[in-house]
Amino acid sequence: MSSPSVLKEWPLWEVFVRSKQGLEHKHCGSLHAADAAQALLMARDVYTRRQEGVSIWVVPSKAIVASNPDEKGELFDPAADKIYRHPTFYEIPEQVGHM
Amino acid sequence: MSAVAADSVALAPTDYLLHLADNALVLGQRNAQWCGHGPILEEELALANMSLDLVGQARLLYDLVARRAADGSTEDTYAYWRDASQFRNYTLLELPHRSPLVGYAQGDMDFAITVMRNTLYTALMVPLWQQLCDCSDPDLAAIAAKSLKEAQYHLRHACDWLVKLGDGTDSSRQRMQGALEHLWPYTAEFWVSGKLEALARSAGLLVDGAALESSWNAIIDAVLEQATLTRPPAPEGYVSEGKVGVHSEHLSFLLAEMQSLARAHPGAQW
Repeated sequence: MSSPSVLKEWPLWEVFVRSKQGLEHKHCGSLHAADAAQALLMARDVYTRRQEGVSIWVVPSKAIVASNPDEKGELFDPAADKIYRHPTFYEIPEQVGHM
Repeated sequence: MSAVAADSVALAPTDYLLHLADNALVLGQRNAQWCGHGPILEEELALANMSLDLVGQARLLYDLVARRAADGSTEDTYAYWRDASQFRNYTLLELPHRSPLVGYAQGDMDFAITVMRNTLYTALMVPLWQQLCDCSDPDLAAIAAKSLKEAQYHLRHACDWLVKLGDGTDSSRQRMQGALEHLWPYTAEFWVSGKLEALARSAGLLVDGAALESSWNAIIDAVLEQATLTRPPAPEGYVSEGKVGVHSEHLSFLLAEMQSLARAHPGAQW
């Protein structure tokens, strides 16, 4: 096992950017950087050059727990025939306005 | 607007505006040499972004000079049709990205030189643009306000690398200290109060040199300490004179590359 203090490869970071109009940060890509501060600078230079954003998050890719693509069937297919879960069978009174 | 302003407030002297513009253009062109050769993709984009910031600053300043000259000149006249001895940039900014070599030997670009130079220069420009934000020339103050934000980012970026590489491996630390010692003597030119500064002062454009120097020292000392590098002693001997047009041999080569297209096709439009 290699010594933890010497990294041969820079860790991977996932980049999330919130646009001016956007309410949430959206995933826009990933990059390699030596540490969190550098990842932020690099994300700024790579992903916000064309005024794409007003706020950036970077997250170590290894901190993300992902669902297994092989389990797609058991996880997601059962929802396919439950159309009654979509809120489309209600009439919304006009007084409620935009929801 | 300018005509009204000219009667009531002091405008920056042309030579001083060209000095600021030439600094930005020459370093922008120099750093753009990393395009296609960056150490990593992200850094390549960052260096190109920052070069474009600098070229943008130069354009605003050249355009201001041209408008005031009202002699048919444009920003291109100043960027492409002046020779090395008419440029007023600090010598520091025209040096190649490598330590001195014998004669015209070609050497690899050294990222340590790039990082160190960007730090030494932007640590000067952040407090200088800050001062110029409040200057009596309204056009220059507006350019300073825009450039200050860019310079603050450039400084943050350069310092991030300086600390990483200075406080890094033995090899990276050695290269950063070497770059510091190579470039350090050229910073003496920042503090020589000569013709340019006298011109600016007589035009009422007060740039407080002492305050600038102490701000620069504070920034540099802090980042060198964090990077575990040793500040060299005060430079002795020859002080470079790029800002009065006496340049190293490197500027002409840089300008030749930058100007050849415009000079081969005068007045050409994209």
